[in-house]
Amino acid sequence: MPTTVVTARGLSKRFGELVAVDSIDFDIARGESFGFLGPNGAGKTSTMRMIACMSPKTAGTLRVLGLDPETDGPAIRSRIGLVPQDDSLDLQLTVLDNLMIYGRYFDLPKKVIRERAMRLLEFAELTDRARDTVEPLSGGMKRRLTIARALVSEPDLLILDEPTTGLDPQARHLLWDRLYRLKSQGVTLVITTHYMDEAEQLCDRLVVMDKGRIAASGTPTALIAAHSTREVVELRFLGEEPPREKLQELGERTEILPDRVLVYAEDGDRALAEVEARGVTPASSLVRRSTLEDVFLSLTGRTLVD
Amino acid sequence: MTAELETWGIDLAQGARMPPTLRVLRYHLYTYMRTWRSSLTTSFLAPVLYLAAMGIGLGSLINRHVGTVDHVKYLSFIAPGLLASSAMQVAASDSMYPVMAAIKWIRTYFAMLATPLRVADVLLGHFAWVTVRLILTAVCYLGVMAAFGTVHSPLAVLALPGAILTGLCFSSVISAFAATQENDQGFATISRMGLIPLFLLSATFFPLRQLPGWMHPLAYATPLFHGVDLCRMLVLGQVDWVSALWDVVYLVALTAVGVLLARRLFHRRLLV
Repeated sequence: MPTTVVTARGLSKRFGELVAVDSIDFDIARGESFGFLGPNGAGKTSTMRMIACMSPKTAGTLRVLGLDPETDGPAIRSRIGLVPQDDSLDLQLTVLDNLMIYGRYFDLPKKVIRERAMRLLEFAELTDRARDTVEPLSGGMKRRLTIARALVSEPDLLILDEPTTGLDPQARHLLWDRLYRLKSQGVTLVITTHYMDEAEQLCDRLVVMDKGRIAASGTPTALIAAHSTREVVELRFLGEEPPREKLQELGERTEILPDRVLVYAEDGDRALAEVEARGVTPASSLVRRSTLEDVFLSLTGRTLVD
Repeated sequence: MTAELETWGIDLAQGARMPPTLRVLRYHLYTYMRTWRSSLTTSFLAPVLYLAAMGIGLGSLINRHVGTVDHVKYLSFIAPGLLASSAMQVAASDSMYPVMAAIKWIRTYFAMLATPLRVADVLLGHFAWVTVRLILTAVCYLGVMAAFGTVHSPLAVLALPGAILTGLCFSSVISAFAATQENDQGFATISRMGLIPLFLLSATFFPLRQLPGWMHPLAYATPLFHGVDLCRMLVLGQVDWVSALWDVVYLVALTAVGVLLARRLFHRRLLV
């Protein structure tokens, strides 16, 4: 079986005048977990919908599972599981019925769907809610049900659009745990997110998107190595203007934001000691290792979640 | 292409058991099962109430003062008109809020389109479901009409497809309209400005000649008039085959236009 699951070259999507995706290239390999990281409006969802053969591309080439979405949409979709941002569950139906009906769209035999549904409900920790209607379920439960639903067809490729947006920390961690399990079973995952911690946790490889373009790509570690320093010192100045001139030529680079100053340095403690030696007294300070957020900031000059 | 599919482990033989349109229809039947009791009760109660109130109540007054209408009792005159009108009502209501819900509120169509189903399957499945609803409604209505003694000819059986065609005509056009809407306000307008005037003025309750002459071409241009005309001729057994043919041609043509329009607008709305 080929090893590249998705290939895009010059892939573009325009809505009238608006350019949502602006000629991007990427490859997604079989079995990897691939992320699209970027702020709202970066073009992540548009890209995902094109991969899922739910939205026609405007220009470029796109191959999914070796086929062309334009001509082989139904065949590709039969091997894809999609977890959309809005769950699009049938709220009036029961948890189990949602799985049964969805499986029937793939024309799977009832017996097969029921057997898979039981396993998937177990996986999604929803077994005891099988006969309940979906409406009163919590956001985390609904999202887990949507993932279970996407798995009914046992897809080769699972696409998740912002899987944990709007969920509380506990629900997020449970969901991440389930996605790890799928990953370890060899399911190819495509994830869009605007949470850098999610991207770091889940993605083997990712692209950072901004304004419809790919700003950078690679493994989380490689991205941090290439676009940021090992450590970052965060200085907070409550209510007062940071003393700009005293912060010149500190570490590799400094970023002055409205509420804080970031000092990029290989050795954070040494940079902090230097700050104190210059007589700067921030309200609080913190030395931490670089994250993808810092990568995004250094690439675009903006924070990810605004 | 076939070889390529097989490389990817896509079993071409699998998944070919049930046509996609029927898979969509199965979804509608499945959800209908949750409410079929109340829905079926309505299907029986509506004709009983209409025929009792309008036909017997109003009808006895008319029969006493005017005598027969077009050679039959008033009850017999309006019953086929009500059959066609209720087909319009059922088809219209199933093509307004449920379509909007499937596009915007529950987004069922998008859930379907993430699977092997295509826009055409979703649309034809919707029409298949409306057809099922129309069959149930029309059969109930005709059954009640027979019980009231208003069926005058075996040709009345042909009024069933007549009523179903009338309903599909409305369903296709209104579904196309629903696919263009951002909220449900337009539906109230359709009911107020479209369906209710048609219901009252399409010769359902009185012969067309009772209306002033300038309104005749207007009535003739509307689909419900042709549905009522067709059903009435068949149920009463007074068939003018030429005008029946015109009724059918009109309804089939408008349905075809509606289906093509709906296909275009569903694509535009769902494949963005």
